[in-house]
Amino acid sequence: MSRRAASTPPVARRILQGDRQALARLITQVENRDPAALPAVRSLYPHSGKATVVGLTGPLGVGKSSLVNLLLGHLRRQGRSVGVVAVDPSSPFSGGSILGDRIRLERPPGDSDVFIRSMASRGHAGGVALATRETVRLLDAFGMDVVLVETVGSGQSDVEIHDVATTSVVVVVPHLGDEVQSLKAGLFEIADVFCVNKADLPGADAAARYLNEMTQLGGRNGGWRPAVVQTSTVGPKGIEELWTAVARHEAFLDSSGTRQELDRRRLTDEILGLVRERVDARLAEVFAREPELQSFLDRVVAREIDPHSVADRLVAEIRRSA
Amino acid sequence: MSPTKSTGPIRVLIAKPGLDGHDRGAKVVARALRDAGMEVIYAGLRQTPEEIVDSAIEEDVRLIGLSILSGAHMALFPRVLALLKQKRASRIRVFAGGIIPDEDAKRLKKMGIRAIFGPGASLDEIVATARKLAGPVRS
Repeated sequence: MSRRAASTPPVARRILQGDRQALARLITQVENRDPAALPAVRSLYPHSGKATVVGLTGPLGVGKSSLVNLLLGHLRRQGRSVGVVAVDPSSPFSGGSILGDRIRLERPPGDSDVFIRSMASRGHAGGVALATRETVRLLDAFGMDVVLVETVGSGQSDVEIHDVATTSVVVVVPHLGDEVQSLKAGLFEIADVFCVNKADLPGADAAARYLNEMTQLGGRNGGWRPAVVQTSTVGPKGIEELWTAVARHEAFLDSSGTRQELDRRRLTDEILGLVRERVDARLAEVFAREPELQSFLDRVVAREIDPHSVADRLVAEIRRSA
Repeated sequence: MSPTKSTGPIRVLIAKPGLDGHDRGAKVVARALRDAGMEVIYAGLRQTPEEIVDSAIEEDVRLIGLSILSGAHMALFPRVLALLKQKRASRIRVFAGGIIPDEDAKRLKKMGIRAIFGPGASLDEIVATARKLAGPVRS
């Protein structure tokens, strides 16, 4: 946190000059929460804040990747550079994952105005949110005009897209009726735009109508009433309308003054998250190192003492060594 | 970021260069590597060497696994290796599987393909080799 103007680390300089490998490797370090990334991450921060960050979320199989692909093409035709972060779940059993979103993403070979990165959720919620946010920010600093973030959303997604994106698009398909009901709890509140995909299927109009009705029932985000658009990736149809809805929301953020307010709230969350991350790591370290605490653990397991007592000891231990 | 140095899982790109449309083998291997705790970026069918290398660089993988059944390996594999070298990404190691005659396999290994698996290879063997090729975790 020193305030002296340190010279720009070489990695950061290379990234600002457009070095894709340097960017890719820094993202890996950020994902691994490797402290070696910190100098570059810090010095790139002032270069971020320019990109439009669009989150696409929704249940499995609604066509998020295909929509990302079409948006990517649309934006490239407008001459905008695009970063993509595609988050997929890790296996809770092996910790491994298969990240398959690249299959659907097409681009002209050697297009240096596109950078696509697949990310596994890696099972620990808080850290993933931080890594995603920092990765998006690196793509922003790298000079991408738009960053598209794709996550599987069930309402209790481990990556809350709303914490990362300036505009959140919730993707659904016709006849998700019961699903839509269950979405109310989580996804409804975060949608700036609803996208009824697979609109070539029967029932799309009804789904769009239903969503329109729902958006009239208040819960407005600072005066914004979520837009509802229909898209189809066969054809394709509605992609321009989808982007127009996103652009309208972005314009609203500026005209209403909510952009700054949102930014402040997200950065507050982020700072708290970073503090939590450091405290967690410190805790784990103390817990693993203290033989006395380990023997306390044995006694908790044997039901001789209770977990609260050990927690008190840990807090005391951290205070003492801080 | 936590004060202790941490390293992540091994990242691997699995891709099918060339024009054959049979990706069962690639998918089975992808699953085996996932079950071994690796992060597998599955790039799918009909990838050009350029696409494969660009993807591998963006995803910052340590390994590329190529699957091929079309017989075009002598044209496509050396191209992947050449592109990696050209883009200063030779730290990324390449292994392969598919229908590759012994004669060709020998030559490809000389060129720098680290391991080649035929139809009879066991998944355990592939996973163990991938782990070994990924090497000590780099900082």
